[in-house]
Amino acid sequence: MFACIYGKGSPVLACAREFSPQVEETAPDTAIIDIRGLGRLLGSPEAIAGAIRRRAAETGLEVSVGVASNPDAAFHAARGFAGITVVESGEQLGSLPVELLSPPPEILETLDRWGIRTFRDLAALPPNGVSERLGPEGVRLQKLARGAAIRPLRPACPEPVFEEFLELESPVALLEPLAFVLARLLNRLCEKLAAHGLAACELRLVLRLEDRTEHARGLGLPVPMRHPRAFLKLLQLDLEAHPPQAPVVAVTLAATPAHPRTHQEGLFTPLSPEPEKLEITLARIQALVGESNVGTPELLDTNRPGAFRMRKAFSLVRRLDSGEGRRLAFRAFRPPRPAAVRLVSGQPAYVSAPGARGKVIAAAGPWRTSGDWWTPQPWARDEWDVELSDGVLCRLCREGAGWFLEGVYD
Amino acid sequence: MQPAALRSSIGPRFSTDFAFREKPPAGTLSTGIPEVDKLTGGIPRGAITEIYGSPSSGRTSLLVAVLAGASAREECCALVDTAGAFDPQAAARGGVDLARLVWIRCGGNAGHALKAADLLLAGGGFGVVAMDMGDTPPQEARRIPLASWFRFRRAVEHTPTALIVIGIEPCISCASLCLEMRREGVCWSGVPGCSQLLRGVRLRVEARKPVRPAGAAFEAGALAG
Repeated sequence: MFACIYGKGSPVLACAREFSPQVEETAPDTAIIDIRGLGRLLGSPEAIAGAIRRRAAETGLEVSVGVASNPDAAFHAARGFAGITVVESGEQLGSLPVELLSPPPEILETLDRWGIRTFRDLAALPPNGVSERLGPEGVRLQKLARGAAIRPLRPACPEPVFEEFLELESPVALLEPLAFVLARLLNRLCEKLAAHGLAACELRLVLRLEDRTEHARGLGLPVPMRHPRAFLKLLQLDLEAHPPQAPVVAVTLAATPAHPRTHQEGLFTPLSPEPEKLEITLARIQALVGESNVGTPELLDTNRPGAFRMRKAFSLVRRLDSGEGRRLAFRAFRPPRPAAVRLVSGQPAYVSAPGARGKVIAAAGPWRTSGDWWTPQPWARDEWDVELSDGVLCRLCREGAGWFLEGVYD
Repeated sequence: MQPAALRSSIGPRFSTDFAFREKPPAGTLSTGIPEVDKLTGGIPRGAITEIYGSPSSGRTSLLVAVLAGASAREECCALVDTAGAFDPQAAARGGVDLARLVWIRCGGNAGHALKAADLLLAGGGFGVVAMDMGDTPPQEARRIPLASWFRFRRAVEHTPTALIVIGIEPCISCASLCLEMRREGVCWSGVPGCSQLLRGVRLRVEARKPVRPAGAAFEAGALAG
């Protein structure tokens, strides 16, 4: 059984939710609820409708309630009749005007020309004739007029909010007691995520401080996770690196939901670290060596030598192109070491720099490169590959008037 | 009662407990260079491999070849770079899938490098964990307590992870494989002074532990194609 509440311009959703979680918001002032099972609590359909109407009156709403075996009949009863209407057969809707069915204008015009004014008139027409003249839409309207249309209820689910807030009784200045608060909030947050079958792909922590400022931190996760212990460790490490500047008086913790990671294990799957564990390991290493020194190198689309950036996320997508094996590797000096170079006939003849000093045995160059002249940071340089008498095979470069030892081939 | 008599009296009842248990082979990792694989049998997993040599001796080229092979097999790799000398462009040209590599730059601090390696090994799951100490002075490398290396060996034991350390001189007594790299020559092409090109280097690998009578030589190219 279904009950429809029509509030004549007033929102009725909140009232409907008090009776059933299965609520369809058909229109802003109309809601249909599934009342199966309510009979044990409230009695007959009339009693249920009466209870709904009384509750609406308590909240200052004047509503009409229709009860029927299908959502559409209940809808038309509530919209068409004032007060409480329990539809036991489609005949009861017969007196309602066809305009209530909201037919398309051309069908409404046709019905008007035929002299069809009410549900009863439309229901009495032969179905085959209606199908031939008005098409599938006409058949649907006739079923509605007969109160025989069957469709499932489309309950509106409110968007879940994954956010926890806690105001502390006294300000917390140390991170250790704050961890207990965070653990409590994280447990609640993860339980809520689990109840919805979701995981978090991002955590946002906002600490309200005693000096009326806010300390906000965001934690992007490489894969959706739902482990309160892992979250707590990551937040602890992050707060140790970026501590709040004053005692904390309130904590807000929010999660961006995402579908959990699905991963098919296989006998021949290559070795890879567990993403959750790897994230904690990398966070610990970041606390040790600095955030910008940990990640996955990514080459930039430029000709500038040595251009790359560090990416935090670890990709598990297989690269289709592969480089060539047995290539001579290069060890870069960062920053390049200043070098003293003596030239003979325009070619380096002697090099002296920290880590390399000697007579040039063989040299290849200069390889002249330049780029980014259209940006504020243009570059232009000459490079030489140089073999020195001390056994070092290195790359020299000249930028402007300065010589630099860029690195060694190794 | 004599041990032999004791063994004969209770041995049959617990025969499997008295049997000598051979350590199962942990497997090896191909370097991608057949000459080196033939010499060493591959880089052992679950053990420490030390590669040492002077600058420009090809230590990094061998390491890049191992990383390229591991990433091609879709294994995840980690590089603890003590001096921050790793060149991603050269590594990508050498076949390393950079997306499968975690690179940790320690700013020349060997202590941080040891701690980072410790954390990575404890986390597990990597096919190769490499420690680049190629620019760390030998006297500083020798000051690293042996206990650290033994702890690393214990951490990788019975795991499929290969720990590779590169340095200037040998300093890890508990390494299962110790390779010395040497540069035999540099290949230049063209006319000196006007159109000379660095084509590559000829490298030689000697196995110092376990000792192999003959080494292996291979060439590492500097040019594409």
